[in-house]
Parts: sequence; structure tokens; C-alpha cells
Amino acid sequence: MSPLAETRPAEGRPAGAVLDLRPAPGAASRGQMLAAQTRLELTLTLRRGESVLLTLIIPIGLLVFFAAVDVLPTSATAQRSVDFLVPGVLALAIMSTAFTGQAIATAFERSYGVLKRLGASPLPRSILLAGKSLAVLAVEIVQLVLLVAVGFALGWEPHGSVASVGWVVLLVLLGTAAFSGLGLLMAGTLRAEATLAAANGVYLLLLLIGGVVFPLEELPGWMRVVAEALPTAALSDGLRAVLAEGAAPGAGNLIVLALWSVGALGLASRLFRWE
Amino acid sequence: MTEVLAVEVTDLVKTYRRAPAGGQTRPRYLRAGAPEPPAGPPAQRRRGRQRTRGHASSPTDRADPPGSTRRPGSAATLADASTLADASTLADVGTEAKPDEAPAPTTHVRAVDGLSLQVAAGSVTAVLGPNGAGKTTTIEICEGFRAADSGEVRVLGLHPLRDAAALRPRVGVMLQAGGMYPGARAGEMLRLIASHHAHPLDAGVLLERLGLAEVAGVPFRRLSGGQQQRLSLAMAVIGRPELVFLDEPTAGLDVQGRRDTWELIEELRLSGVTVVLTTHAMDEAERLADQVAIVNRGRVVAAGTPAELTRGGAEGQLRFRAPAGLDVSRLLLALPDGTTGWEDPPGHYLVQGTVDPQLLAAVTAWCAGNGVLAEDLRVEQRTLEDVFLDLTGTELE
Repeated sequence: MSPLAETRPAEGRPAGAVLDLRPAPGAASRGQMLAAQTRLELTLTLRRGESVLLTLIIPIGLLVFFAAVDVLPTSATAQRSVDFLVPGVLALAIMSTAFTGQAIATAFERSYGVLKRLGASPLPRSILLAGKSLAVLAVEIVQLVLLVAVGFALGWEPHGSVASVGWVVLLVLLGTAAFSGLGLLMAGTLRAEATLAAANGVYLLLLLIGGVVFPLEELPGWMRVVAEALPTAALSDGLRAVLAEGAAPGAGNLIVLALWSVGALGLASRLFRWE
Repeated sequence: MTEVLAVEVTDLVKTYRRAPAGGQTRPRYLRAGAPEPPAGPPAQRRRGRQRTRGHASSPTDRADPPGSTRRPGSAATLADASTLADASTLADVGTEAKPDEAPAPTTHVRAVDGLSLQVAAGSVTAVLGPNGAGKTTTIEICEGFRAADSGEVRVLGLHPLRDAAALRPRVGVMLQAGGMYPGARAGEMLRLIASHHAHPLDAGVLLERLGLAEVAGVPFRRLSGGQQQRLSLAMAVIGRPELVFLDEPTAGLDVQGRRDTWELIEELRLSGVTVVLTTHAMDEAERLADQVAIVNRGRVVAAGTPAELTRGGAEGQLRFRAPAGLDVSRLLLALPDGTTGWEDPPGHYLVQGTVDPQLLAAVTAWCAGNGVLAEDLRVEQRTLEDVFLDLTGTELE
């Protein structure tokens, strides 16, 4: 005898609200999962005020401010400040989305048990991460379009050819990989609050010594050596070579970015704790 | 025909090197400063506590004059002694409380200690126990979130970790808390999980069903605790799984939320879904479950149907109110042999023995024959709570 027999379905249930609970298990197609995951990640990123501030308002603000107010030291190459600034701010934008924003969001998802719960659904980890990466790339496209438009409005004159577009894409992808690796490494190993503090701290530090608004040549010798080994400087320097001089990015820049990508993603995949 | 097992757990052991984050799975009694678990003969403990509730149902109790109280203090001494004996395996027990006697804490906490459990396919099984008994750890090992130190676990005939990819579409999971993007709206979160499945339920209907339709557009972090719980339940069932693990599905729910949840669980069962739920609510286990496994300190201390576990329910008692000063000995003469009873406090009567329709009829007939109006007459059966008390010497919360 089951004690359940005495229960009756609730009355007044809306018509049509019939649930067929009989088991019909099955995983969705990977394409459907990836699309849904990417869409949600993107929606959530754009909904967060602080992430819009970080990824769009701050880079645009820096670009407008430093282009309008001539406080920057004149570069040795005597570039106009807007030509110097746009590639640097593009690098900053990539860093803010792939590293700072992603690290903070993922750390809080971890602390809220989202990653744990998603691990129990048919969604493979690889698709979860692919969804995050696609959402990051989508935000970056929005950033690039807006920053380039603001740059043109400020009189920016890029140099280069069709090949330059290819170099920009390569640099952006490498930079995204390196910063995502660093962001996920931080999010997957530190507490959410620690990640929040550290990600912002690193963002500020790399803004200052990453060749974003201040030329690397202005840094003291030892600091410059350190800075050039960091991904921000490599990305901004590479983008500047392509966009300001119409040249290919330095091999050093590409190597630095590739090493950071491999190292950070490798460490993140080994050390990331899902809960 | 042999019974098909949806979940089979054999001799499961899980030791934490330190308390997991949040201390959820850490046995309450192992937390520094918490009262020690009672040890010693359970029956003895039980009497001490039960007396304060005014219940008495064991033969030895009857000999005691009703209303006498025993201080639990004497039993606490026993508990302390047993704690020291256990200290070799559970090194951090009470180390803060007794820094002089305990060695440096190595903080090994045996959350699950040789637990075995069988869940028949298509049944509702309640894993019942106090906080820290090892319920969540056991469930999470079955869900593939943690690896066991030793023991065998089979879920739908598969290994929770090695066969995780095959199991995930077939198993629905409700975590005890959280599990949702803090900024995602309830409807978005549910549809995300639905998108992972091939034949999901309609998210809108499910939200409606669980009373969440009005908050479908509210971000998770702004939902009330009960709404978060119900959303979590919805996420567990939307993929139309064969088996669902529900970790404390009704904790913190209001009456309506509990009713909605219970109804859904009953419907799951009628639809052929196997349900494993943890709870520390007795009424929930008694009402919902085909099988109950009572867990204490990392082990199953009793298992069976609610009826089996509360058997000896015939051994019950009967209470009523009537004018003070009735001659109880004359009443007892009219009742079957082996029945006892007394008045305490004045005007309140208790009859103990084999409570069956005959006894009930005899009591009311005697009252009628003596012109006495018995008010508030009620039969009290052994509940799972009493069973738990008997087995462990502790009360559930």
C-alpha cells in the first residue's frame, strides 16, 4: 500500500498545463547546446552594468580623453596621439572582456554553483567553454566596431592593407586566448571575492605598463623588460605596428602572446576547479 | 522476478581532509563547539528526552511514575567519554573544546562511513537523517560530483564518474542550493537547461505548475528562497529523466510550495520516474516515500517502507481528556490484559497497550457506561520520528 494513494491533484489547475513526466531522456545536439549557451552568456554579459562599464565605457572614455587632452608624452616616432591611442585601447578592450570581465563573471558562477550544476546536465564542458569564448568574441566585435568608429570620429588614420586585417584578426585571437586562459585560471582557483580584487588590480597595472596609453619607451629600463613580456604590451605593440605603421607585427609580440596562450590555457585546464 | 535497482550503493566511504566549503556536508556534531552526539544506549537517551515531551511508549518507561523528568546531563557525560574513544578516527572532534587532551588536529572527517543503499526502479526513496548525517555527500557521489574513497556505486547500472556522459541525460539533479547564474532570469535558466535535452518539458507549463510563472522574468538572485528551491526542482525534471536526485527539495518552503513539490514528486512516481530525495522532515518521508533509509553518522541505520519501520505501531497509546479523578484502575479492568494507563496531569488520561479498534471501543464503552464524556480522544502511533529516536538517540530537527 502506498501512502501516495490518498493524494489528489490540485483543483483549479489551468487548462492545458499537463506535464508528461514519463521519462524521455536524451541530450540535445551539440549545435543547439552551443547556441543556447552562447546566447545566455552574451545576454548576461551585456545585462551587467559593471561589465558594460568595463568593456565599453572605460575604453571609449580613455580614448576620447587622451585624444582630446594632450597630456601624453610625445612619442619618439612623433605619432599623432590618436594614431598611438587606438591600437592601445583596442588591446585594453580585449583584455577587459577576455580577462577581467570573464574572470569575475566565471568566479561568481563558480561560487554560485552554476558550473557545478551545469556539470550535471548533458552539456559537455567543452561546449560550456566554447559558449563562453564565442560570447567573449561577440562582445569584442562590438567593442572593435565602436572603438574604431570613435577613433575615426577623432581623426584616426590607420595605415595598412588587406593583409593588415588578417594580422589584426590573428592578434585579437591570440590575445583573447591568452587573456581568457589567465582569466579562467584565476576564476577557477581563487575565491570569487579574491578574483574580483585581483582581476581589477591586474587590469589597472596592465593599463599602466601595457603600452595602452603610455608608450613603453617611457618606462624605466627594467620595467620595460617586464612589460614587454606581458600579453597586454605584446598585443598593443603588435596592433600598433599593423595599424599605425602598416607593417607586420613583431615576431616577439606574436611569440609572447602564443606562449601566454599555451601556458595560461594549459594551467587553467589542469587547475580549474568547477566547484 | 528480481527487482531492478536504479541505484545501488555498497559500503560507501568518504573522508574529507577538511570541512568542505560551507560546512554543509560536514557532520554537525563534528563542528568545533557543537554539542557532541549522544552515545551510549539509545534507549536510555531516548527516555530522558521523551519524558520531556510527555510521551512514553516503551515497557520500561511505563514503570516510571509519569511526569518524572530525567536530566539529560548524565548522558552527556557518557557522550564525552565516547568522543575520546572515537578521537583516533575522527581526530578533530572537539579539539577546540579540549585543547589539552587532543593531539594536533589532522581534521579528517568521515562523512560517509560504510553506507549501503538500494533504490528500486520506479520508487520514491527518502534518505532521512539529521544535518551532517552524510546524506548530501552520498547523493553527490551518486550524481558524480565527488569520488568515493571506497565502496561501490551503480546508478542505472553505470558508474557515476566513468559513465558520466551516458548518465547525464538520464539523471535529473536538484542541488541543495544555488546552481543558477545570479543574473539569469528564472525562465532563462530553465530554458537553458531545457536546451541541453532532446525532449524537454515545456518550460512555461512547468513554471506555471510550480507557481513560478509570475517570476519567470525575475533574476535568480532576487527570487525568494522558496522560489529558488522550486526553480531548482524544475531544472531537475525538465529534461524528462529516468531518475532524479532531489537534495532537500522542500527545505525552507512554505505550505503551498511544499504541496506543489509533493504533488510533482507523486506525479513523477506515477509516471515511472525513480526519485531519490533527502530530507530531515519526517512527515515528508512518511507521506512520499515507498522506501525510507534512515541515515545517521554516515551509515544507514534502518531501511524499509514507512509501515515496516513504524511497525509495532500496534504498540501505541491512546489519550483523552475527561473530568479529573476517574478511577483508572476500574477502567483498566474493562480493558484487555497488558494494558496500562494513568492520569497525568489531572483530567488528562493515557492508555497504553495494543491499540486496536477493540481497545478503542472498550475505552469509549466504559466512559459511556460511567457517564463520562471523553474529549480530545486520540490514538498515537509510533512515527518515524520515534523510530529515529530509538535508533540513534537523537532527535531530528
